[in-house]
Amino acid sequence: MADPMRIRATAAGDSTEVKVLMSHEMETGQRKDAQGKVVPAWFIQSVTATCNGRTVLSAQWGTAVAKNPFLAFRFKGGAKGERVQITWADNRGDTRTDEAVIS
Amino acid sequence: MNERRRNFLQTGGGMTLLTMLAATGWLRPHDAAAADAWNVAAFDGKSMDDTMRALGAGTPVPNSAITFTQTPDIAENGAVVPVGIASAIPNTQSIAILIEKNPNMLAAVFDLPAGTDPSISTRVKMAQTSNIVALVKADGKYYYAAKEVKVTLGGCGG
Repeated sequence: MADPMRIRATAAGDSTEVKVLMSHEMETGQRKDAQGKVVPAWFIQSVTATCNGRTVLSAQWGTAVAKNPFLAFRFKGGAKGERVQITWADNRGDTRTDEAVIS
Repeated sequence: MNERRRNFLQTGGGMTLLTMLAATGWLRPHDAAAADAWNVAAFDGKSMDDTMRALGAGTPVPNSAITFTQTPDIAENGAVVPVGIASAIPNTQSIAILIEKNPNMLAAVFDLPAGTDPSISTRVKMAQTSNIVALVKADGKYYYAAKEVKVTLGGCGG
């Protein structure tokens, strides 16, 4: 199981700003190890963010997203005390969901 | 005895069929859900035209309402290049990031439901100095803007 994400959600006026730092290798499948063997691709393919059951962002990622991905976005609505939930799934079928309270 | 053998054969036959299906890619045990949404053709695209076609973008139109935020002109480390894209086009539905000179151009596609600001930022890898293309879908039409980012140290194979 992968390490937890760090999520910060802050209410600003009528919208909520979300910043996420995920912990993932994001291996491209282009790199070779010391023996010259190709390191197989291992990366997050899809990311979904929800707030109160409403999807506020969904994304598909390729291998070019940097290691330990960072993501920032804003959505309208979301009050203090509500929860933002982020889920990712990688190409090995691993998934992780974390949530943060909007402050 | 005989009946048991019959049962075993049936089960065995079933297993073989499943294995064959799995081998041909019909049944993929873990990534079935993710692969549904994941646009393989677009992410495997090796040229701008291929990628645009796989995304259904056709020939996008340049638009100055798409701006880059927090994106450096020169990135010292190609492995971590901050990219922010904001679109002022009404009804922006999705934003995609493409890096022209990466082995696979498409880096990410963000779908923005109504109520989400058309402005996202993330960090990408760049193999070498290249144009970053922001592809925006608004009202079913595709627009783009490009910005060159110079990379002093590549992000792949390094």
